[in-house]
Amino acid sequence: MAITREEVLHVARLARLALSSDEADRMREQLGDILAYIRQLDRLDTSEVVPTSHAVETGTPYRDDSVHPFGEKEEILKNAPDREDDFFRVPRIIED
Amino acid sequence: MEFEAVIGLEVHAQLATESKIFCACSTGFGAPPNENTCPVCTGMPGVLPVLNRKAVEFAIRTAVATSCRVQNRSVFARKNYFYPDLPKAYQISQYELPLAVSGHIDIERNGTTRRIGITRIHLEEDAGKLVHAGAFAGAQTSLADLNRCSVPLMEIVSEPDIRTPEEGGAYLRRLRDILVYLEVCDGNMEEGSFRCDANVSVRPRGQKEFGTKAELKNMNSFRNVEKALEHEIRRQIEVIEDGGAVVQETRLWDADAGVTVPMRGKEEAHDYRYFPDPDLLPLHIDEAWVEELRKTIPELPGEKIARLASRYGIPRYDAELLSSSRLLADFFEAAADAFGGNPKVTANECIQWKDAIVAGRMSPETIAHVVEDRETGTISATASKTLVEAAIGTGKPVRQIRDEKGLTQISDAGALEAIVDKVIAGNPKEVESYRAGKTGLLSFFVGQIMKETRGKANPRMVQEVLKAKLG
Ligand SMILES: [Zn+2]
Repeated sequence: MAITREEVLHVARLARLALSSDEADRMREQLGDILAYIRQLDRLDTSEVVPTSHAVETGTPYRDDSVHPFGEKEEILKNAPDREDDFFRVPRIIED
Repeated sequence: MEFEAVIGLEVHAQLATESKIFCACSTGFGAPPNENTCPVCTGMPGVLPVLNRKAVEFAIRTAVATSCRVQNRSVFARKNYFYPDLPKAYQISQYELPLAVSGHIDIERNGTTRRIGITRIHLEEDAGKLVHAGAFAGAQTSLADLNRCSVPLMEIVSEPDIRTPEEGGAYLRRLRDILVYLEVCDGNMEEGSFRCDANVSVRPRGQKEFGTKAELKNMNSFRNVEKALEHEIRRQIEVIEDGGAVVQETRLWDADAGVTVPMRGKEEAHDYRYFPDPDLLPLHIDEAWVEELRKTIPELPGEKIARLASRYGIPRYDAELLSSSRLLADFFEAAADAFGGNPKVTANECIQWKDAIVAGRMSPETIAHVVEDRETGTISATASKTLVEAAIGTGKPVRQIRDEKGLTQISDAGALEAIVDKVIAGNPKEVESYRAGKTGLLSFFVGQIMKETRGKANPRMVQEVLKAKLG
């Protein structure tokens, strides 16, 4: 079953992507091809297989709980499109 | 029709680590804006998160203390949504495979024990904070401070086992006390290091199926949680009784108005598209690590309450008050053990002076000595209070202050009898009236003796001696 145009537009909206009508059609086709490719797995019985979340299963490494300040706030702030003093300035969020 | 409520609580506890969960920035409270940030927690391209071992330890210890099963494999996932306090546009959390599952907490209410199930415990990161430049109306921007981004949180989700607001409050307080005993969270609800959301529904008593639930947010004290639950339960019952249907929605508690109101705005269909975070390998926790941490679990509040009540013979209510803080309970035991007298009096004193005790401004001997002096009649209850205050203020041993201030009272029978004789001899008319039946005059004699001794006579003994002499 191919992906619908509505599903493409929904996913695009969730990702904040504005798609033109042509782009939406093209995405629907390409995403459909990708899904069809993946669907080859349906030919296997995977009911007993644990879903693979990572290619390696070594377990995650840890760091010790010690503080090492990055110390270059300017370097962080200068990436922002807008700032006010040492805050990032963002479009107003309306909350009750 | 009679209704019952079905309540499940979700707690977000900030873990008391020094550094953040995936980077080495400080978790310190009150730093200047964006001071505690780095490329990792601000989501710069190409960075990799590395898990804080202590955060995992804290979660395992909590799981053990709440009888949860720690899963030997859990997975971090990305919860995707756009919000300006979330620079990566996803929150790292655990979704399908949480760190621990299937535990419980026992709460005692009115002599009966209720077991509240815990569905799951998982680790996640906090988001930043938005400062609304609300000072000038019509402001077109908000300000983001990312210091809180990636501060470690532990989410603890209860089963829908709670039936009343009081039970909800008891569960929350017990959970908070457990976390504080474990020293994994400071438990401060007002400052947001212990937050609670609630899922509430009602159903006719006896019905098996759950009703439609509402999610309650924005309750920043235990009392507010209880009040919000109370209000929401009443609201839902009224909706049903009026022939309506409860709507599944998120509601905010308005503490000032004392009502819950629907949350506007953010209601757009939540579609978080969770998927395993490719940057973080699965979290493997072996049994040996869990067992090692099990040994670090202190006596927990429920056990402590039961032990204090039975070992010292104090009322359960007192044992609960004392166990609200590990330090206070330890102090009580030290004071009660230092002096073998009535532990009930020692318990009362510890509860009365709780603030000074918890602030570390008093030694157990202070309480032990005033309780002992009161029981032997050496000091009065009034003097006891004065002495404790002075001991807190000066740090001097309480008995030294007692002697310096001459606060001992006369409890020596011989000395008292002499004074009583003197007073009787000096007031023959009153003695006659008393013996003729005006027993109310007893307080007159007590007053005279107190005057004679400048208030230092032991009142109980004065009464005894007087009654004997006046016959
Ligand atoms: Zn950082």
